[in-house]
Amino acid sequence: MIVEDPRSARTAERITLRVNGTDRTLDVDARVTLLDALRERLALTGSKKGCDHGQCGACTVLLDGRRVLSCLTLAVAAEGAEILTVEGLAREGELHPVQRAFVACDALQCGYCTPGQIMSAIGCIAEGRTGDDAEIAEAMSGNLCRCGAYPMIREAIARAAG
Amino acid sequence: MTIAIGEARERVDAIAKVTGAATYSAEHQLDDVAFAVLVLSTVARGRIARIDDADARAVPGTLAVITHRNAPVLNGEITGRPGLDKHLLLLADDRIQFDRQPVAIVVAADLETAREAAALVRVEYASEPPIASVDDPRASWFFPKQTAHMEPPEIVRGDAASARAAAAVVVSATYTTPLENHNPIEPHASIAAWDGDRLTIYDATQGVFEERRKIAGVFGLPEDDVRIISPYVGGAFGNKGSVWYHQVFAAAAARIVDRPVKLVLDRDQMFAITGHRPHTRQTITFGADGDGTVTSFEHDVLATTSMFDVFTESAGEYTAMAYAFPNVIIRHRLVRTNFGTPTFMRAPGEATGTYALETALDELAEAVGIDPIALRLRNYAESDPNKEKPFSTKYLRECYARGAERFGWGARSRAPRSMRDGRELIGYGMAGGAYPAQIFDAAASVSMETDGRVTVRSGTQEIGQGTYTAIEQIAASELAIDPARVRLELGDTRYPRAMNSGGSTTIASVGSAVALACRDLARQLGGRSRPERRLSATATFTTPDDREGYSCYSFAAQFAEVGVDPDLRTVRVRRMFGVFDVGRVINARLAHSQFVGAMTMGIGMALFERTIVDPRTARIMNANLADYLLPTNADIGQIDAEALGIRDDIVNPIGTKPVGEIGICGAAAAVANAVYHATGRRIRDLPIGPRVLG
Amino acid sequence: MQPVSYRRVRAVDEAVRAGSAPGSAFYAGGTTLVDLMKLDVMMPASLIDITHLPLAAIEETNRGLRIGALARMSDVARDARVVERFPAVAEALERSASGQLRNMATIGGNVLQRTRCAYFRDAATPCNKRRPGSGCGAREGINEDHAILGTSEACIAVHASDFAVTLAAFDAIVHTTSANGERAIPSAAFFHRPEATPDRETALEPGDLIVAIELPRSRAAARSTYVKVRDRTSYAFALASCAAGVERAPDGTLADVRVALGGVATVPWRAHAAEAVLRGARPNAETFAAAARAEFAQARPTTQNAYKIELGMRTMVRALETVTA
Repeated sequence: MIVEDPRSARTAERITLRVNGTDRTLDVDARVTLLDALRERLALTGSKKGCDHGQCGACTVLLDGRRVLSCLTLAVAAEGAEILTVEGLAREGELHPVQRAFVACDALQCGYCTPGQIMSAIGCIAEGRTGDDAEIAEAMSGNLCRCGAYPMIREAIARAAG
Repeated sequence: MTIAIGEARERVDAIAKVTGAATYSAEHQLDDVAFAVLVLSTVARGRIARIDDADARAVPGTLAVITHRNAPVLNGEITGRPGLDKHLLLLADDRIQFDRQPVAIVVAADLETAREAAALVRVEYASEPPIASVDDPRASWFFPKQTAHMEPPEIVRGDAASARAAAAVVVSATYTTPLENHNPIEPHASIAAWDGDRLTIYDATQGVFEERRKIAGVFGLPEDDVRIISPYVGGAFGNKGSVWYHQVFAAAAARIVDRPVKLVLDRDQMFAITGHRPHTRQTITFGADGDGTVTSFEHDVLATTSMFDVFTESAGEYTAMAYAFPNVIIRHRLVRTNFGTPTFMRAPGEATGTYALETALDELAEAVGIDPIALRLRNYAESDPNKEKPFSTKYLRECYARGAERFGWGARSRAPRSMRDGRELIGYGMAGGAYPAQIFDAAASVSMETDGRVTVRSGTQEIGQGTYTAIEQIAASELAIDPARVRLELGDTRYPRAMNSGGSTTIASVGSAVALACRDLARQLGGRSRPERRLSATATFTTPDDREGYSCYSFAAQFAEVGVDPDLRTVRVRRMFGVFDVGRVINARLAHSQFVGAMTMGIGMALFERTIVDPRTARIMNANLADYLLPTNADIGQIDAEALGIRDDIVNPIGTKPVGEIGICGAAAAVANAVYHATGRRIRDLPIGPRVLG
Repeated sequence: MQPVSYRRVRAVDEAVRAGSAPGSAFYAGGTTLVDLMKLDVMMPASLIDITHLPLAAIEETNRGLRIGALARMSDVARDARVVERFPAVAEALERSASGQLRNMATIGGNVLQRTRCAYFRDAATPCNKRRPGSGCGAREGINEDHAILGTSEACIAVHASDFAVTLAAFDAIVHTTSANGERAIPSAAFFHRPEATPDRETALEPGDLIVAIELPRSRAAARSTYVKVRDRTSYAFALASCAAGVERAPDGTLADVRVALGGVATVPWRAHAAEAVLRGARPNAETFAAAARAEFAQARPTTQNAYKIELGMRTMVRALETVTA
């Protein structure tokens, strides 16, 4: 998938993104971010645009199992990776343990940062950064919450991490 | 099987939110949507000398470029509640009056093209030196006609000057708060679609009905031809309660390109064109007896507004009622600047007024050598000294007592720099606060099907405060049924009219309307558990007459513990505890989350937040979330809050007082007072941190 | 964002060939590039995705540790050898950015990150770094975050990388390859002060590809720390920071001392004057204060950033206290 000539750089190329276990084909030009591909091309609006510059964490998804910011990832560069979004967590109507914990601990208010918090939390747990409250707080500081649900978010993550 | 009000029921929209199913404004799926991007001015004052949009138009996929040369004529005069009229500068001419004023709308078939074309709109300006400071020699102050809640700009009781002259102790200081921005995580976003002359806007708004009225006014449409839809709002805090530029321009663009248009603001754009909390400079002077009884109180509030609108950050409304000060003069003055028009930001006036007064009281307490709580008790207001009415309920003493006990205030040694934890300097600070219980008119309908399902409808909003949950709980309680049978539909002008979700009024106003409608429905049911045919009832709630003789407020006592590194001067809030008198609590979990969230915003106000403006250009230089510092998870230690839960039978039929904003009232002062106690340094300009403590 | 072409390369020589085209840029973590492309501050014509090159390994060499340029910040921070032999490096990485950004950003990209100066990032304002000759918006404007060391008339922007501060402290070597062959560039020569050409930030020539960063082992590196002072507890750039490492002689004096500063200078700042005071001296409060004063004597503050002098000195003292405790 090589585009040599900048004048044709605006041309959309067909790429395949593996999202939530399913191959999705879409036409994007090189500038389209993974976040915009999800939200505007694939109707997967669970990942949120908060700042579009990697400063708020609302766009967090898992890429090959690692938490990353989809607003700073080009869609073309994500071809070949396993992308997991919030829509891919629940299995047959059963919430993921992190989702369940967020509900139980009221770790949300307006809900807009919530998918990013949850994806980041799953990544954080996989990284083994949930030893105590202070470690969770530090490890989750890439996800801003203006509603101020932080203590409840930490409680939910501690609960889900077991 | 009655579910009691007060039960900490799980948020009913939580599952939609944790699965990504909740639909926010930019996420509604429409066919054939085009994308609009705004071009904003890069000067704050002057004129557009030239716009060259040829390169923008030449980008394949660009559908339209709208500037002042070809913009449709729109009515930019927005009438609001009294004193809150506003002007939108809708590409009517070449004049620039604030940094990042809209100068063009670019519409394209996809987002990347719209952004590319927007960057190619080349604008040249004849710029003039802007007014970027209250101290600019060209800036002269004036009195607004009234404050935000329609008080006179000058509030006078007795003779403050004489009382001060005769006072044993005089303490005076000036406090400043910077420009602040709301920064909800969801950017403002609208999708506008026309069907002939009928307009639908999917929006993120605190008020679908107010928006409908204002949009109709801008476009000269009958209100019935405008529909606003907003089922979920990703945070607001005051800056989604108005019609700004993005809704109007999305609709205008949609009409021009004859397709639905989606317009999502960039984060930096939000700083300029969705309102902000203005800068305040507040001077407080006490005259007092040697025991701390205040005999004279003077409060001068100087705040900024835009060149073309008046918004009054009414910090003196709190100070006029909070304590039994007998001789008082409070003034609100404004200065016009080349900033955008400010707006309500969580506890508008109360957040800034509590910061100044509750810090000043701390200084007075120290000057006369008594405990800060004792000082407040000595000046306790049994009734509202400004309105000269009794409070409907006031349990502030209980808040102080409960807070002091739970927090461990008694362990505080009075002298600054007297407490440590290892190397860290520890400080304890406290403050009080109050927030008025307003009522906005609200209507609601309730219907019950033959299978017992209940649908409640109201044109109100869910901005995270828990409307869906609390209203369903109220309805269920009134009808003595399981809340799982109740479903609230909101955020649509097709539903009964309600006012903005602002001023912490939603539960009280809509909840009361719902309660009244449910009582009617219950009468119709006549004791049966299910009807034989569908039943419905509608009710409207307005301010009860029997409340007229009372002053209704929520009250707060805030306690903060900070740790300050003595060398590096970093400040951390280790612990914070608030006790709130908010009447009856509908849902303890929702209320707790609101308190904690607002206290967190108070920590941001005290330690981190300020919108930085280049004084030469009036350009906002930190219009992003890396440089405008919101509290992170790691900044928030142990925060807890408690509501006294004592119901108020006068304020409204369901006994609740406001919850959503009381949590920020006094929070910043409690933190600032704690920093003083830890360090012995009194910083009177927010935010406080290592740059200034050094 | 202006149009840009994209290609993915699978071998280093393919990357080098592609990188020789004018207007090309290497895409790795994307955290700087995509951010600045959205602001029209960086505007490459073509992107060369190097993320699939085999350059992520962390290997022992006879000098120390060689970290592949595509190693992610989070992986390097957690590597047991880095944690044990270069604790300041691990700490600096952990105190950078956020968990997500550390998973995306690479070591090579980290040292090439651009300044956070608001005028650099705002294409509507003057900036000699972004547009040579257009002026310095910060000097006459808002400069409270700007540099007090290494400044010039043309530019006072602070270098933003925490990791690079540790490279300066421990004499790291930046290994590059290009059509002209390989180079091993010492850290001190890699980062360029602004002087009259603030747009030239490093020793890299167009088409150069960083392949690895080598950390020479030393006892001082093994006994090191990174102290970072920020406005908020996490996820913020440094107001002032310091990487410090010491080796003590049998008599308790300091045989070897490495000190470098961040948040206060236009480049990762090796504190030579401080080291000169410390070397051979007894580690105590007086020595630390004298060393800090010696280094900051050359500071040239503006009216807004003068707080960085005192704060910078205290940060250095704290780092030295920590490693000599």
